[in-house]
Amino acid sequence: MIQQIRENRRLQGLLLILPAMFVMVMLLVIPLTLTVITSFGQRDADGNVIYTFTLENYWRLLGFTEQGWDDLYLRILLRSLWLAVQTTVIVILMAYPLAYFIARSPEKRRNFLLFLVLVPLWTNFVIRIYAWVMILRSQGVLNSTLGAIAGLLNVPFQPLDLYPSQTAVLIGMVYEFLPFMILPIYTSLEKIEPSLYEAAADLYANAFRTFWRVTVPLSMPGIVAGTILTFIPVIGTFVVSDILGGRQVILVGNLVQRQFLDARNPPFGAAASIILLVMTLVFTLYYTRRFGLREEIAAG
Amino acid sequence: MSAKKQSPWLALISILVYFFLYAPIIVLIIFSFNASRTNVVFEGVVNQGPCGPFYWYCELFRNRSVMDATRNTLIIAFTSTVVSTIIGTMAALALQRYDFFGKKVSETTLYFPIVTPEIVMGIGILVFFSAVFGWINTALALAPSQRLTMGLGTVIVSHIAFSIPFVTLVVRARLHGFDDRLEEAAMDLGADEFTTFRKITLPLIAPGVLAGAMLAFTLSLDDFIITFFTTGPGATTLPIYVYGLLRRIVTPELNALSTIWVFVVLIVVAISQWFQRRE
Repeated sequence: MIQQIRENRRLQGLLLILPAMFVMVMLLVIPLTLTVITSFGQRDADGNVIYTFTLENYWRLLGFTEQGWDDLYLRILLRSLWLAVQTTVIVILMAYPLAYFIARSPEKRRNFLLFLVLVPLWTNFVIRIYAWVMILRSQGVLNSTLGAIAGLLNVPFQPLDLYPSQTAVLIGMVYEFLPFMILPIYTSLEKIEPSLYEAAADLYANAFRTFWRVTVPLSMPGIVAGTILTFIPVIGTFVVSDILGGRQVILVGNLVQRQFLDARNPPFGAAASIILLVMTLVFTLYYTRRFGLREEIAAG
Repeated sequence: MSAKKQSPWLALISILVYFFLYAPIIVLIIFSFNASRTNVVFEGVVNQGPCGPFYWYCELFRNRSVMDATRNTLIIAFTSTVVSTIIGTMAALALQRYDFFGKKVSETTLYFPIVTPEIVMGIGILVFFSAVFGWINTALALAPSQRLTMGLGTVIVSHIAFSIPFVTLVVRARLHGFDDRLEEAAMDLGADEFTTFRKITLPLIAPGVLAGAMLAFTLSLDDFIITFFTTGPGATTLPIYVYGLLRRIVTPELNALSTIWVFVVLIVVAISQWFQRRE
């Protein structure tokens, strides 16, 4: 037996992958299959799942109910998608200049500048959102600072009503995921050969043209990786919207969470969760195919 | 990219982005010294009891729930890091250096959690465990006190599951360009597989394994969503505890907790950097 393992590399490979596959089957494949099965079920009056085969949950999510057209859930799906798109775009616009700045800094200073980007990530995810509550609430840091400035300049000041609101959710999302965009963009910018800029200059490209035709295309892998790292968690979160949005901003994540824990309707929650997964996979596949960078993603 | 003269506009934008990144952290730290219990407006520096300005820090250490949550968080993070690092490293070795039946499928399965929203995985695991536990509890007709419930065990197992892909990813990156001849040379010189692994393979991939373990540890410490769906009585972690607080009254204790958190992590990172430098 031992001798057989020693000589058979295929067997060795299988034995090495086996524990990981066992964990993945038990905690990913079976759970997802169960979620799909549950999503075709119904619930009884006590909130227990009755396993049948009905597409009712999916129809309801897409707006077709027994009482006619109701786009409540469809709007939630679209709102989540729209918020994820907005967050990703803003994060790219904020991350790119900083990543570019770091990449063009003297080599000795780069590590320190990158380190500074990472420090905020080490507070806890939930704590970072709480910090924004402190800043954005009506008597919070932002309003008192703006009020003080207005007082100095002798201009009237109307406190901003930002918390809770959809804008607060957007700010919170941007804050949470900004570092995840800065790092990959920096990595791809840093790899660009300086000689390419010289070549562009020799060919009489101006600064703007060089940036647009050389820098941006070469940093695409970083943008794509950063987008995946931002878009997927944003579209599935319920914590940021829960805390910064109050009851106003309901996203798919909130919907799924409430169906499981408050409304006690697991089949409906499971259907919402599967739709969320499908949206994410469609996005990831389309996006990576479009930019042809599947291996870059796989490498993180 | 080479260092060049930077445009002042770019520098200004960068400073603003850094300000955006740091403003919340600074606010958190300042408000941990707040005299106001409700912590909405800064009403001056607290000076109460023997701890003076560090009043909220002392309160924190007297708070049993915080201490329990800290203990749970560390138990979960350590256990899941050790297990997922071992399993993830094995998988990385298999995928990078061996050919076997079902390699492509294994690879896809292993990377699937990375592109799956956490909530989907969390819900799946919740559905799975409640089905299995429900079935076992009924089949064995267990008394209420003996029934299987969600708790530390389910959280640890879930953290192991979502960390493995990240460990594998990091270790694989390190295995890229690994020279197989080094191992062959060791074997030619009479070393057995175990010795070769211990003396040649492990030292070479150690930095990757360490980086993978660090990532697994950070992911576990920071995780909220999957823990939220897989936790149970007696298994409250710090993020779950903080989330619970946010829905009630938040005193500056929470700010004290955040401040300590940042400084502890800073120290840990500084130490690990120092070790890397020494290498």
